[in-house]
Amino acid sequence: MISINKVDQLYGGTQILWGLDLEIVPGSITCIMGRNGVGKTTLLKAIMGLLPIKSGEITMEGETLNKQSAEKRAYSGIGYVPQGRDIFPMLTVEENLRIGLPVRSKRTKDSPKDIPEKIFELFPVLKDMLHRRGGDLSGGQQQQLAIGRALVLEPKVLILDEPNEGIQPNIVKQIGDVILKLNAEEGLTVILVEQKLGFARRVGKEFRLMEKGRIVAADKMENLNDSLIKQYLAV
Amino acid sequence: MDIVLQQLVNGLTLGSVYGLIAIGYTMVYGIIGMINFAHGDVYMVSAYITAIAIALLTFFGIESFPIILIGTLFLTVAVTGAYGWVIERIAYRPLRNSSRLAVLISAIGMSLILQNYVQLSQGANQQGVPTLLTGAMRIEVGDGFVQITYMKLLILFISLLGMGVLTYVIQKTKLGRMCRATQQDRKMASILGIDTDKVISTVFVIGAMMAALAGVLVTLDYGAFDFYVGFIIGIKAFTAAVLGGIGSLPGAMLGGLILGLSEALFAGLISSDYKDVFSFSLLVLILVFRPSGLLGKPEVEKV
Repeated sequence: MISINKVDQLYGGTQILWGLDLEIVPGSITCIMGRNGVGKTTLLKAIMGLLPIKSGEITMEGETLNKQSAEKRAYSGIGYVPQGRDIFPMLTVEENLRIGLPVRSKRTKDSPKDIPEKIFELFPVLKDMLHRRGGDLSGGQQQQLAIGRALVLEPKVLILDEPNEGIQPNIVKQIGDVILKLNAEEGLTVILVEQKLGFARRVGKEFRLMEKGRIVAADKMENLNDSLIKQYLAV
Repeated sequence: MDIVLQQLVNGLTLGSVYGLIAIGYTMVYGIIGMINFAHGDVYMVSAYITAIAIALLTFFGIESFPIILIGTLFLTVAVTGAYGWVIERIAYRPLRNSSRLAVLISAIGMSLILQNYVQLSQGANQQGVPTLLTGAMRIEVGDGFVQITYMKLLILFISLLGMGVLTYVIQKTKLGRMCRATQQDRKMASILGIDTDKVISTVFVIGAMMAALAGVLVTLDYGAFDFYVGFIIGIKAFTAAVLGGIGSLPGAMLGGLILGLSEALFAGLISSDYKDVFSFSLLVLILVFRPSGLLGKPEVEKV
């Protein structure tokens, strides 16, 4: 689905990603894990076109993304929920959700005017908050809005960067349920950067461990054993 | 009493013109964080286009004032809007990822280019348009009277209409939503499929169009203009934008009105020689107590 071949990335003068290879299997839920500062967020930003890469190739279903702008990548079917959520604080919940409608109308046969009802079925709280400003929502509600907003694009791949950071446990569980439901029912491919082992084990099907800007281990989630955890995750 | 009322009316019209031009400063600042120092000169260009449009329409034998007015407004707003688009395209977009200082210098350069281009192509002498709308209404107030020319009424009406339409577009339409989203978080807007370069171009066009409205109205009212008229009115409108809180659209309109009113009242009641001193002192005073302007929000440090 998404293939990353020998990607080098520099931030300022510092090299963050070193010849990174990564293959995302269609229909999987892949957890990218690793300690702080190994380049997980940089990798996601490179996939989204928010950071330029120095060399290597990023492709989505065979199409090279390297030179494409971030907005073109939205049209090719990548939805992104950044770390810190990045809700438009002065836009209402409804307006936040409507931003993605032009992309949606290109990708589906839905009416380009209406926010899909599916979003409110997954996150009922958004319907109650429709006319509140994004900035007035709690952290958990903002996270649900950020995921809903990405789903409006009708993506084939949903990329989430630490969706559970600073969020109360019942919403963490709800977000996990939504990811599993979308994956099971619609075959949505999910890439998840996650620090919490419990959540990663519950939701993830595959894992990729990162260290120093490289992928150092890749396997099914059930094979994530204690020695790998000790070597690459424990602090 | 009558003089106060008279100056209130004058101040209101002057202020609405400042407000129209301030919109261009505030929207551009809001979306890319730069002060477009060429904006006053865009206003100046629109004064020349007004004269050309009037000449063209009368050349084709049109004499009815409403048709000349509508035709001039339409032509001037369209052509000035195109100027706004071209200026952003050649002077600012190539520097999108450079330092803010580079863009600022580019803006100052653009300002000089526009002044010299107009001076060379239209001549250095003062130009003028004939008075097309005459007459005034008088309202008796006690012993005296307040006189409002029809032209002043027209300025007030069209400015407020322009601001109203713009507010509607920004608050209620898809285009406005895209502008606000890009202003709040450009990266996130592009991730959701918004072509942010196009949105930024649109903002420049809108700013130039609003300045063009002011250009047509002031030129029709005042008659005379030269290639340098953009400077002082640009500085005033910039002041209005800062006063109201730069980046805030209602702030620009409010700032314009406050600046126009205070200037007119001070000139009428105390001294017209010191009116600029007064309005800039007012700016300093307001900024001391509200550093981000009347309706501006304190700068949030972006991570």
